[in-house]
Order: sequence, then C-alpha cells, then structure tokens
Amino acid sequence: MNVRAALEQSPVREAPPELPGVAVLYPPEATAIPASASLQTQESIPAGTFRFYWFGLAAVAAWALLGAVTLILPDRPAGFNESWAYTREFGVLALVFSAFWATLTVLASFRQGPRFVRQIDGLFRYSVPWIIVSALIFALWEYLTAKQGVPDWAQLNPPFFAPPSALIDAYLSDYARLADSAYNSVKLLLEGILWGVAVGFITGVSIGWSKRANYWVHPILRLVGPLPPTALLPLAFFFFPSSHAASVFLIALATGFPVAILSWSGVASVNKAYYDVARTMGASEWFLIFRVAVPAALPQVFVGLFMGFGASFVVLIVAEMMGVKSGLGWYLTWAQGYAAYVNMYAALIIMTIIFSGLISLLFAMRDRVLIWQKGIVKW
Amino acid sequence: MVAALQKKSPSAAAETPASVAGAASSRIRIAAVSHGFDGPSGRLEVLENVDLDIAPGEFVALLGPSGCGKSTLLRLVAGLEQASKGSITQDGQPITQPDPSRIVVFQDPTLFPWRKVWDNVALGLQAQGILKQEKGRVDEALKRVGLQDFAHSWPHQLSGGMAQRVALARALVNNPRLLILDEPLGKLDSLTRLELQSELVSLWRKNGFSALLVTHDIEEALFLAQRVVIFSPRPARIIAEIKVDQPYPRHRGDPALAELRREALERLGLAQSW
Ligand SMILES: Nc1ncnc2c1ncn2[C@@H]1O[C@H](COP(=O)(O)OP(=O)(O)O)[C@@H](O)[C@H]1O
Ligand SMILES: [Mg+2]
Repeated sequence: MNVRAALEQSPVREAPPELPGVAVLYPPEATAIPASASLQTQESIPAGTFRFYWFGLAAVAAWALLGAVTLILPDRPAGFNESWAYTREFGVLALVFSAFWATLTVLASFRQGPRFVRQIDGLFRYSVPWIIVSALIFALWEYLTAKQGVPDWAQLNPPFFAPPSALIDAYLSDYARLADSAYNSVKLLLEGILWGVAVGFITGVSIGWSKRANYWVHPILRLVGPLPPTALLPLAFFFFPSSHAASVFLIALATGFPVAILSWSGVASVNKAYYDVARTMGASEWFLIFRVAVPAALPQVFVGLFMGFGASFVVLIVAEMMGVKSGLGWYLTWAQGYAAYVNMYAALIIMTIIFSGLISLLFAMRDRVLIWQKGIVKW
Repeated sequence: MVAALQKKSPSAAAETPASVAGAASSRIRIAAVSHGFDGPSGRLEVLENVDLDIAPGEFVALLGPSGCGKSTLLRLVAGLEQASKGSITQDGQPITQPDPSRIVVFQDPTLFPWRKVWDNVALGLQAQGILKQEKGRVDEALKRVGLQDFAHSWPHQLSGGMAQRVALARALVNNPRLLILDEPLGKLDSLTRLELQSELVSLWRKNGFSALLVTHDIEEALFLAQRVVIFSPRPARIIAEIKVDQPYPRHRGDPALAELRREALERLGLAQSW
C-alpha cells in the first residue's frame, strides 16, 4: 500500500489533505494541547479529591428563600378565601428541594463513585443555573400573588392570578377531571395525527412520483390545503355522525396537508442521479420508490411532520372548545365558565407538557432516522 | 421470458452465461448512432453517425471537447436512454433498458447518504433480490478497493477518493461485463487520481470486463486504454482513433506515450499547446 492509500485509511476526513508531510509539520505535543485544555477543568482534578462545589450552595439558598417567602410572610386575604390553601405544603416542598440540592452539592464535591453517580453529578452541575432561576421566579410569583406588603400597582390579583401553591390545590381537588380530559385529548389527537400522517405521506409520495396522481390530486390540494381546517368546523360537526369523528377528520386534515406538501417536494427534489445509479443496477420501480425516493425525501418529510403536529394542536383545542364534550380544550372553557382561573393554569401546564412531549418525541425519532445527516439540529 | 424467469429464481441467474468465467466481458457494437434532444429553441443534435466496436475485455477511452456528447453516448450504452437513430447491441442483443451487466460509474460518487458504506456497495445485489445469498460478494468488493475497514462509515465521513472507491466497489460487486466510466476521476486531486488510475488498471486486468471510459485527461486515456477515440465538437463525430499498443502496467514517463499524446493533441486541434 502506498502513501496515499495509507493516508486515506485515517477515519478523520479533515486531517489528511493533499500534503503527505502534514503530520510531520505538527509535533504530537502541539496537537494535543487544545484537547487537554478543554477538558482541564474536569480531568486535572484527580478522582476522589474533595473540592467543595460552592455554586451548588446558591441553588440550596435560592430554594430555601422560596420556602421562607412562602412560610414566613403572611398571606393577604384574597376574594372569598381567607388565605390560600396549601401554602404551608408548598413552603415545605420548597425546603425539601433545598435539602435535596444540598445533598447533591455534597455529592458533587467528591468527584468519585460509580458511573451513574458521576452522571447525576454532571447533570446537576449543568442544571444549577436553571434551578436557581426557577426558585427566584417561583418566589417572586408567590410574593406578588399571595403575600401582604406588595404595593398596589404591583399586585397580581385573583381570580386571574393565583400563587403557585394554589396550583397544588387545583391538581389535588380536580385531578380526576384533569386526568380524564388529558386522556381524551391525547386519544383524539393521536387518532387524528395517525390518519393525517398516513394519508398525507401516501398522497405526497404519490404526487411526487406519478404524473397522473399529480394531475388529479395537485389541484385539489392547492384549493383545499390553504383553507384553515378550523373554518370547516361547523360544517364538519354537521356532516359527521359524531363530533369525535368530525374532530378526527379535521385534525387529520391539518396534519396531512403539510406532510403531503413536504413529502411531495422531498420526492420531487431527489437527485436524479440516484435513480440512474439504482436503475443500472437492476432496480425495479418499487425499489426506486421505497429504497431511493422515500429515504431521500425523509428530511423534508420530518419538516412536514413538525408543521403538521403544530397545526393539529390548534385544531384539537378549538374543536374541543367548540363541540367535543371532553378534553383539555373543553376543560378550559369549562373553567372559564366558573371563573376557575387556577384550574385553567393547571390545564395549560398539562397541555404544554403533552404537546412539548410529542414534539420532543418526534425530534427523537428524527434524530434516529436521520442519523446519517451531518450537522443535524438537536431539539 | 428468460428475464422473467431469472427475476423469479435468482439462483438460476448464476448459471446463465453472464457470470460464467469465460464470458466475463461483453462485445458492444455501436452502429450508425445519432441522437439529439428537443429543447425550447429547437432540436439539439448531439451525436452524429457514431460507429464504435468494443471487443470483449477491451479498454476504450473517449476524448473530446466538453459538451460534445460523450456522456450522452454513455447513457445510450448503459440503456438509460434510447438512441434516436442507429443501433447499440451487447453480444448481439439490442440494448433497450439498463442492466446490471453494464454498470456506470459517474463523476460524482453519488453514494446514497442514508446508507452506510457496506449498504451502498450492497445496492445492486439488493435491487436484484440476491443480497441474502450473496452477502460475501459485498465484503469481497470492499476488499478489492481496500476499504474493508470503512464498511460501517457514513458516506459523509469519507474523503473524495474514498467515496469514489466505494462507487467502484458498488459497481464491481455486480460483476459487470461492461464497466462504463464517465470521468470517474475528474473531481479528485491529482495524487488520488494517479493512485486510482493504477487501481483501475489492475481491477480491469484482474476482472476482465470490457471498459468504456470518458475522460478529459489525455495522459489518463493513454495510461489506461488500449484504444483512444477522439470526438469532434458537438454534434459528436469520431474524428480519430489512436491505438495504444503498450503492455501493462504502463509507465507514465514512457516516450512512446509522450509521442501518442502529441498525436492526440494534434487531432484535438491543440498541437500548438504541446
Ligand atoms: N437530457 C438532456 N436534455 C437536453 N439536452 C441535453 C440533455 N443531456 C445532455 N444535453 C446536451 O447535450 C450536449 C452534450 O452533453 P454531454 O453528453 O453531457 O456532453 P459531454 O461530452 O461533456 O459529456 C450538451 O450540450 C448538453 O447540454
Ligand atoms: Mg460529460
């Protein structure tokens, strides 16, 4: 094997360029410096050394402060309530967290132990700034909504604003209805999304591949696609046998449109040379579609999925507010009717977690499927 | 009928003359082929009455001005397009569609970025539905181009030269009887190009396929081919043929090759630049 072949055996693409002498130009020490410098903070301290992690104390202090604000400052009377429920519990919970951060701080000071301990250590160090900031936000929130001594102009008054401790009240007193609403929302949403993704993907690939499918379906897509599915809501509720079926249809429509458009554009923009390569090797049309066109189009399909998910959330909530007698959207209107704004916040928080979770799931899937792309954006 | 039978029972394909040792290469006959494209500004004639025979196992290089129609001719031979006029046959059979016995290597490696190196090389066998039985051929093809250690790399992790080697392995795994090379080394740096030229020669000599190479590098044509065919500007006509009777492996500094180079330049109308 000659020089060039030997150079190309190196797995690092940037390292061996045209100059065979390049490795000789830099002494090994010189190339080693940047690598060790970046790791110095972690690696230069031998394992087992005790070095107190002072910054961790700030997290402990911040949560202790939250506990103190909640427990020590007197509540101001709020509407019909003499004081807010669960104030004590919220304060105690803050102190428990404070104690937990103290434990982690001590643990993080030792730099030793089994792998998972060091992983927790790393995660803790990474999160400390957010742990501090969130305690301060909670403290300010609790102070402005529930405590005496706040100047009038700064007070956040009930019923529109409630202290964080009141959320505990909402979850504990109404958990059955909230859980049921969340379950119904997720069920309806997934049903609609699955239909939308399946039909949208098949439609998109078909019109990207076949001229005839394109001729017939493209004009329809062009006319109906830009229509907001929510505009069809009243009609759909009338035409479909149940409001559930109507909602599934509309959610599917909302998801399916962007998925179809982007699958189509993905398939249509595949490098034609890929087809030539596959065809000379004896590929059938089936092979060209499913082993060339579809994988090549997947990056765009995922963009369509991302957009479709977003659109489906809108339709879900509006449909539940307008006609479906269950779900988180319905819960919001219900809470509004009773001026139960705390419950509304509680429902909104659950909604955030569900929707954000679904998007995270989608991105996790994308990272797995598109692992071959370099420089992929992490969610 | 025969083709249909072969598709249904892959094992039968092994007994067809295609892969029998004695018939590892094809005779290609290009007879009076003309071709053109209908464009917005009328018809563009690209090939004009091209006659060319490639004997079994022969290595033929095509030289010509850029844009004259060389790639078009290769696409016709590959079966990716049909000639407007004239006939192209492989061992007497007219070429009507692409076939794994005639594989093209393009200037760009065009590896599928979503497949690892191994799966890229396996493409042809998978497309023909014989990958399960013939897995070993993939490893062997990778070994032939010296990339067995990179089977599990992604294409974006490879240098240009390595990627083109993978493209070669992806072609060779099909045991082609005709290897069609469209400026395969055109985008590589000069060091890698020299290296791959030698590799091409040894692969060709070991495997015995016929080879049809387009290149814009006269030295490359003379180093690799037994016959260099020179085309006119578009529409492409054959204006000269140079026989290169030097034994392999050749030496780049060979005075006989230098003399042939002068002749080729003259035919291309570039004698003064020599
Ligand atoms: N599919 C096509 N449609 C229209 N014109 C084409 C097509 N393919 C090639 N041509 C034209 O044919 C001519 C020859 O192209 P090509 O065979 O690629 O030249 P080269 O000799 O450089 O390989 C060029 O002018 C090109 O624009
Ligand atoms: Mg060309």
